[in-house]
Amino acid sequence: MSTVAATGSPRIAVDKLGVLIALIAAVAALMPFAAFRANRIVVGISKGIFEALPLWEAVLVALALVAAILVALLRTPRLWRLFASLAMLAVLFVAIGHSASFLTPEGDRLARVSPGAGFWLAVFAFALLAADSFTRLKLAPWLRIVTLLLVAGAIALLLWSGAWNDLSILREYANRAEAFWREGQTHIALALGSLAAATVVGIPLGVVCHRVDGLRAVVLNVLNALQTIPSIALFGLLIAPLAWVAANVPGASAIGISGIGAAPAMVALFAYSLLPVVANTVVGLEGVPPAATDAARGMGMTNWQRLAKVEFPLAFPVILTGIRIVLVQNIGLATIAALIGGGGFGVFVFQGVGQTAMDLVLLGAVPTVALAFAAAVILDAIVEMVSTGARPA
Amino acid sequence: MKIGLIVRLVVLVLLVAFVVSPASFEWAFLPLTKNNQPAIYTQNTLLSLTLSHLTFVAIATVASTLVAVGLAIVVTRPFGAEFLPLSRSLANIGQTFPPVAVLALCVPILGFGAGPTLVALFLYGLLPIFENALTGLTTLPPSVNEAARGVGMTGRQRLLGVELPLATPVILAGIRLSVVISVATATIGSTVAASTLGEVIIAGLLSNNVAFVLQGGLVVGVMAVLIYDALSALERVLMARTGQRR
Repeated sequence: MSTVAATGSPRIAVDKLGVLIALIAAVAALMPFAAFRANRIVVGISKGIFEALPLWEAVLVALALVAAILVALLRTPRLWRLFASLAMLAVLFVAIGHSASFLTPEGDRLARVSPGAGFWLAVFAFALLAADSFTRLKLAPWLRIVTLLLVAGAIALLLWSGAWNDLSILREYANRAEAFWREGQTHIALALGSLAAATVVGIPLGVVCHRVDGLRAVVLNVLNALQTIPSIALFGLLIAPLAWVAANVPGASAIGISGIGAAPAMVALFAYSLLPVVANTVVGLEGVPPAATDAARGMGMTNWQRLAKVEFPLAFPVILTGIRIVLVQNIGLATIAALIGGGGFGVFVFQGVGQTAMDLVLLGAVPTVALAFAAAVILDAIVEMVSTGARPA
Repeated sequence: MKIGLIVRLVVLVLLVAFVVSPASFEWAFLPLTKNNQPAIYTQNTLLSLTLSHLTFVAIATVASTLVAVGLAIVVTRPFGAEFLPLSRSLANIGQTFPPVAVLALCVPILGFGAGPTLVALFLYGLLPIFENALTGLTTLPPSVNEAARGVGMTGRQRLLGVELPLATPVILAGIRLSVVISVATATIGSTVAASTLGEVIIAGLLSNNVAFVLQGGLVVGVMAVLIYDALSALERVLMARTGQRR
């Protein structure tokens, strides 16, 4: 292993990732920081950082940018890098809100200010730095969850303080606040509901597959084939059978089953969720060391006791990994439910695409990505906690 | 195994026949239509849609394979080792982005049509290939690498003559995942006006015509299953050739 740092020469050591981040940030500084549009669908006018902010604020942001680039470029302690990247992100986030208020003429409700390419690129550069420092710090799982909560709290604070109120995405939100929360609830209900159903059905199915040899290949192949059907098609194909059920089974329509809407979306998400849950249950149970089951058998445990007290606890981390895959996947897939009237954040995405109003697309896409990201971080942390608890290394 | 092969061949022949001449299968879809709706989508021929669908997938997969394998090679060399932890967590984070969002967010930059679809397919295809290439290149038995070093192979020779060939089956598994995801994701491309088989499905959803939804979905689904099977078979052949077994 030869590294550059090992040469021990007195010259200042440069961090390779830092070079990449410095380059991206430098390009970002040259690109427009914000875009101004007279209304929501006309082409925007690009504004550089010195046009987008009052002079002294622009100078402050530029100085912060130079300082953050220097911290990234040189070989600095990890904590410094983490704080520098988070501080820079905070500066960018506050600045974009100020820029929106600064660029919008007083009392103008039609004008839209949205973040420009330079802003997004700069956020990307320092998010990279933050991700890298986080990965290298190897934080304990609970600390990662705490950090996530702190970041979520900071963003909530920014939203609550009204600092972003003049940004285009929040203008879109202000026009449809009620719909936003309603679709958000539907989105979460779709993702979590199908996950719960898949867990209730999938784990026992996985246990059966593990114990009955002939069944495993059949069930896994069928679920695999199901997974390859494109989501739009599956959503669409379920419309007809569910409409039939609603029309012909007494009481079905009373509990909300109908051809279009949330029911086919829920069924389709459930179908997609089964494979990871069943497959991971089987893999997890197969990974239980034979010595453990032998010992359990030797102690005179019944089949049920062995499953509940030995096999299941040992397989639990792997099963939980399957649940993590399903949850993240479902949060993404639930956006497509909007195409068949199932609701969810996809409603804004498809409306926005239809009206070529990108702020509206963002209003649907940003919460979806944030939800999926938060779910991934939290469940990864839980998986890590559970697996170190089950198998003291 | 033999029966499985025959079934697949029959399915393939049926698929090709249906795509080339959908009108001769009209009888199968007629019972699904109501109020004299057309049973077969004729706005664009199924053949041209299928071909452009597959072209999207092929271009995107080739591009993402080149980039992903290249990146995986860089971060597993001593030169790029500093990027390894970051690239791992990036691949992890990237997977949390839903394809619809990627697609929709590409529209302002690239306009409607083929551009955003190709970018979304490319970005979404990167992750499985990158992860598998990384696994393939980092989990080789150390003895193999030592033996290669022992016989005096240079880093380049080791990479091309030992590491890549041994990692190929795992990389191929990643490509297989990525292709299946792409075949399905390409259907969503037609929400931003790319001409793919999703057009048929969406036309069916909009006009409440189950026959359209079914024929679009069937062609895409069958294609995905056949490609998945073919690539799995290729993987088994390669595994046997490099003497690995799973």
